[in-house]
Amino acid sequence: MVLSQRKMLHLFFYGVAIWFIWFAQTTLDEYSIRILNNIAIFMILAVSYNLINGVTGQLSLEPNGFVAIGAYVAAIILLDADTMLYQYYIEDPSPVVLAIHSQSFILALLAGGIVSAFVALMLSFPVFRVRGDYLAIVTLGFGFIIRILAINNPHITNGSLGLNDIPEYSNLYWTGGLAIVAVTVILNIIYSKYGRAMKAVRDDEDTAIAMGVNTFKIKTLAFCTSAFMEGVGGGLLACLLTSISPDLFTFFLTFQLLIIIVLGGLGSTTGAIIGSILVIGGAEWMRFLDEPMALFGFETPAMPGMRMVIFSVILILVMLFAREGIMGKKELLERFWKKKKEDS
Amino acid sequence: MILQVKHATMRFGGVVAINDTSFTVNSKEIYGLIGPNGAGKTTMFNIITGNYLATEGSILFRQEELKGIKPHKIVRKGIARTFQNIRLFKSMSVLDNVLIGFDFQARYSFLEAITRLPRFFGEEKRIRTKAFEILRYLGIDHLAHHNATDLSYGQQRKVEIARALATNPELLLLDEPAAGMNPAETKELAALIFKAREDFDLTVLLIEHDMKFVNQLCDKVLVLDYGKTIFEGKPADAIQNEEVIAAYLGDFKHD
Repeated sequence: MVLSQRKMLHLFFYGVAIWFIWFAQTTLDEYSIRILNNIAIFMILAVSYNLINGVTGQLSLEPNGFVAIGAYVAAIILLDADTMLYQYYIEDPSPVVLAIHSQSFILALLAGGIVSAFVALMLSFPVFRVRGDYLAIVTLGFGFIIRILAINNPHITNGSLGLNDIPEYSNLYWTGGLAIVAVTVILNIIYSKYGRAMKAVRDDEDTAIAMGVNTFKIKTLAFCTSAFMEGVGGGLLACLLTSISPDLFTFFLTFQLLIIIVLGGLGSTTGAIIGSILVIGGAEWMRFLDEPMALFGFETPAMPGMRMVIFSVILILVMLFAREGIMGKKELLERFWKKKKEDS
Repeated sequence: MILQVKHATMRFGGVVAINDTSFTVNSKEIYGLIGPNGAGKTTMFNIITGNYLATEGSILFRQEELKGIKPHKIVRKGIARTFQNIRLFKSMSVLDNVLIGFDFQARYSFLEAITRLPRFFGEEKRIRTKAFEILRYLGIDHLAHHNATDLSYGQQRKVEIARALATNPELLLLDEPAAGMNPAETKELAALIFKAREDFDLTVLLIEHDMKFVNQLCDKVLVLDYGKTIFEGKPADAIQNEEVIAAYLGDFKHD
């Protein structure tokens, strides 16, 4: 009985999500669609970042690196030779970069994801030799290295000028659809032996080993899955913005994702979804705070940046009153079922 | 003969934690490892489970050298352990804690988990049934969905034993299983270990300070002091042995 109820609830959530994507893409104005696109992409990035950072508990600070890899790979594949020759001022593009070309969006996204995952695999051998704070520092360094490589290899990436005129393939069907796929995949991982092992690694790595869990393999799986999705998200971002440059992929991007998953609750996928809606959507919604306002009869002048002040205050309040974020470590439905079990 | 430790020595820098210790545990035996604090008992466990690499000597499990094998692979060969201070996965339910023990026995791949192919459901169901069997055996199946750290101390001990049994061990290492338990709970635990030995075909190696518990339970004991073996034999003889008494109570004669 409970299982079928649960399945119905899942179907209901999927139905609402798909209906909303269709509704938004057909009726809303361009500005709203743009924000929803942003939210969907950040949702993909946040749930995948949450897998390594929240669920597996490995504090890593590299997603900006993987997003950059995904974005550049997708952009280089989608740009044709003529557009590239026209854009590359600093150095001529390398023949390999010119030769790789396809108009298939899905192929470009997959390539971005696969290259990211491959880099993550290479990185996991040195990275998972260290734990805790050291891991954060090593991965932070990786994020910087990717950005510096992008700036200093103009024959591949066009240096700090970045790439322009990337075809605008991203729309809500793509971003929203892939967000649904990403969330489903992540939840399927979490509710399997792999997800259990990841949580065990987070709670107590030595004990997990004592239970026969190959913790290196588990951490590498989480890291590569997360990198793959961040790469795909990067490709979507490149095709939404149509122009990318190394400045887009600074540590600030990682920081934004970190805020999202900590606000939503480290280790909770539904928390990451709620977090991306609140942080990305809320930041847009609060734009009115920057404008002149009439408050209790007083006229206040325009204060650019006011919304960030308010936003930070809200963030502090949330962290004061909900230490583990909005959702804690639990998923939305887990809370619901637990309550039900206690009632009966 | 299931476990054979031959001339094991463990040095941490200048400190010798275990000094040329040898012993043999026979199949289905309950073997006690006793000695004062700092005698090197837990270090011995860590050598057997591969957490430490013994400086010298060898550890044979069913005639196979364990030295140099990674800890998680040693568990898969059939050696499970519990910890001195209970170390449950604190964010997980009792059931999930036990299911971690089945982690390497569930045969489905990462891709099968993502795509939810039939084998995923079949294997999950299989290990869930087995986990419930173990929980029922220990009488804590009604607590399966509770958070592991919400339970009482005695129940948490049982979850730890359940988790170790889930890895399908032949040799079970218990690090002070009766610590912090009241006499009634200790008695229940002793009965449980006796019963589990028959039902799961177990060999048990345990560390314990409660001499009454050891006397009741163990077929044989090894007494360590500062890493050295001072006695090996029947527990009843151990408490008569002068050297053992001296190690535990202090040596009065030379004062």
